[in-house]
Amino acid sequence: MSKSKTLKFDTGGAYSPAPESTDHIQLKDRYGLFIDGNFTPSKAGKYFDTINPANEEKISEVPEANTKDVDSAVQAARQAYEKVWSKMKPSERGKYIFRIARLIQERAREFAVIESLDGGKPIRESRDVDIPLAAAHFFYYAGWADKLDFAFPGCRTKSLGVAGQIIPWNFPLLMAAWKIAPALAAGNTVVLKPAETTPLTALKLAEVIREADVPPGVVNIITGGGETGKMLVKHPDVNKVAFTGSTEVGKFIMKTLAGSGKRYTLELGGKAANIIFEDAAINQAVEGIVDAIFFNQGHVCCAGSRLYVQESVAKEVISKLKDRMNTLVIGDPLDKNTDIGAINSRMQLEKICEYVDIGKKEGGSVYQPSCTLPEKGFWYAPTLFADVSQSHRIVQEEIFGPVLAIQTFRTVDEVISKANNTPYGLSGGVWTDKGSKLFKVTKEIRAGVIWANTFNKFDPSSPFGGYKESGMGREGGIDGLHSYVELV
Amino acid sequence: MDKRLKIRKTYKLFIDGKFPRTESGRYYKWTDAKKTIDMSICRGSRKDFRNAVVAARKAFKDWSNRNAYNRSQILYRIGEMLEGCCDQFIGELVLQGLTKSAAEKEITQTIDRLLYYAGWADKYQQVFSRVNPVSLPYFNFTVPEATGVVAVCAPEESSLLGFVSVFAPVIAGGNTCVVLASQSRPLCSVSCAEILQNSDVPAGVVNILTGFRSELLEHFSSHMDINAIIYCGENLQEIKMVEENASLNVKRAIVYNDEDWSKNNSQGPYYILKTQEMKTTWHPVGM
Repeated sequence: MSKSKTLKFDTGGAYSPAPESTDHIQLKDRYGLFIDGNFTPSKAGKYFDTINPANEEKISEVPEANTKDVDSAVQAARQAYEKVWSKMKPSERGKYIFRIARLIQERAREFAVIESLDGGKPIRESRDVDIPLAAAHFFYYAGWADKLDFAFPGCRTKSLGVAGQIIPWNFPLLMAAWKIAPALAAGNTVVLKPAETTPLTALKLAEVIREADVPPGVVNIITGGGETGKMLVKHPDVNKVAFTGSTEVGKFIMKTLAGSGKRYTLELGGKAANIIFEDAAINQAVEGIVDAIFFNQGHVCCAGSRLYVQESVAKEVISKLKDRMNTLVIGDPLDKNTDIGAINSRMQLEKICEYVDIGKKEGGSVYQPSCTLPEKGFWYAPTLFADVSQSHRIVQEEIFGPVLAIQTFRTVDEVISKANNTPYGLSGGVWTDKGSKLFKVTKEIRAGVIWANTFNKFDPSSPFGGYKESGMGREGGIDGLHSYVELV
Repeated sequence: MDKRLKIRKTYKLFIDGKFPRTESGRYYKWTDAKKTIDMSICRGSRKDFRNAVVAARKAFKDWSNRNAYNRSQILYRIGEMLEGCCDQFIGELVLQGLTKSAAEKEITQTIDRLLYYAGWADKYQQVFSRVNPVSLPYFNFTVPEATGVVAVCAPEESSLLGFVSVFAPVIAGGNTCVVLASQSRPLCSVSCAEILQNSDVPAGVVNILTGFRSELLEHFSSHMDINAIIYCGENLQEIKMVEENASLNVKRAIVYNDEDWSKNNSQGPYYILKTQEMKTTWHPVGM
């Protein structure tokens, strides 16, 4: 390879630390369950710690909701639905949602810092992606509240009732917004359970909701683990279940709901193909590969975790990718220079390590940049696997970490068939400067979101969700609204 | 003059554009409403179903990539062919227990329904597609695409109108399907296969089985290469089983409970939307 093709980043040494300040955030030592407009202790009095994954220190503690707690949250939501929210003039409903959006914007920095503290993601991402998008989501759906008759031609809409919503730990506040905003706009009330490891921004959102004077019981937020989630799914007075998380749990939820007549939407796992053709703008594509797999430590259901590079440019792309990986800054999530933060939990770290071991045992060759990881906390260096094939487990199964499996291809048809050779179908990426090829490939990839010459972009107006085992239903846009109404 | 002996028809399965008997060699006895004729109907097996799924999967790529105008014309063609065979279908509907006037009404409604979906085949995309106003320097759009291979457990009562009303929106939307015909009224479903075969519907796009729902439903709902299952009926135990099995590979489970297919609002683009996936494609805007 000629020298001119090597990327030179020339950073001239290490960055000085640029930590975001934490003195302006307000966190309590202990939180209650947000039920019927108040923070209340759990009935069993059981609490669990939420820690900072970057240093394993306790930040706060939150209740573990039991059956009785779930029941009172659902009851509060039911009362609020019957007596207040479903009867309210839709334009007024919309105004409350607009208020929530505005309050999040006002407190964006506080939310961003707490998100990074509790979940380990780089402050650059929580500040520039998670929080602004969460506010935008509320703002977008607020406007739909009094325009539902225009959303579905030929039909009127009816709200569903009480929605039970369970969200993951990778985009805590954003996922809460994706769930709550369309549900409220369509006239439903909700009981939301944030993930066990990242409950804090949801509880801060509860504060915002109270401050917005949203009627008590319209939004209830209960914390807990898988058992709490199960109780919520099974609760007989829940009309609709919305879940984002693993395909395994999604299947369990489907099975649990069978025959119940409850509606559900599921956003599940993925194993996206990111395809680089020889006629792509290679340097941009390399950036795109990094965004696709290392964004949020790879804790992204739509992460581009399978890279397919056309054989003629494979050497160049992989070499440039390695160069680029050497420049990634791994460390303190609150440092504004950080590209890759902490792994969300010990459990997730163990899962990633296990998959990398499997990859090695199955014959893959590993590349990791030389970097020093902090001693305390949960960390994993960005990782590439070459010499793997379709049948390798690290190519088939979702790892949910910064681990990329690289394969090469020769023809368009070959790469389409490889890209589609997976039970998942959430997202995909295509890099080429040739428009006709781009339309062919984006059409033939069986997945719900395709990024062409970009990756991992989100917007409240744009539907997101999977084909096949990646889920059911869409979030965002009009289709996201469809998930929360009955058409009559 | 000697009375001519009538030729009786052998009712067979319809898989991959061909009319095989069931591989299992089994049959069930079917008697018409007035108990004048006994017939043998194929009792399709799990293996027949699997063969049909292979055919449907094979046909999916071509069918889902056909241009919408072409799919629209093919659905219209099914209507045309059916119009020419009204008498045959009326005869079968009467054998299945309808009065002549009810049978006439059923066939005309069925033809009209096919034309209705023929008209939608190149329009629902426009109704449900969108260009999204993203707040970033990107252009993106969302379009519906076919879900894939759909297993259909057709209505037990409405064996022609209901049967067609259920699969027409599925294929209008570019899916392929395997349909289990009404067990107690199988005649016109099987005859429908002959119409489909003569209407430029590519082999494998619609496959039709006869047999026992109690035996086949489990396989219809648990097959791992089926993307969606449509169940028509009210049996709560069956609905629960279908939905439980759907979880094996996250099938879309669609239940039509007690639907009166003769009603005007038993049709519409939202029936097509049930077996569609929304795909959003992004591209940067700039130099």
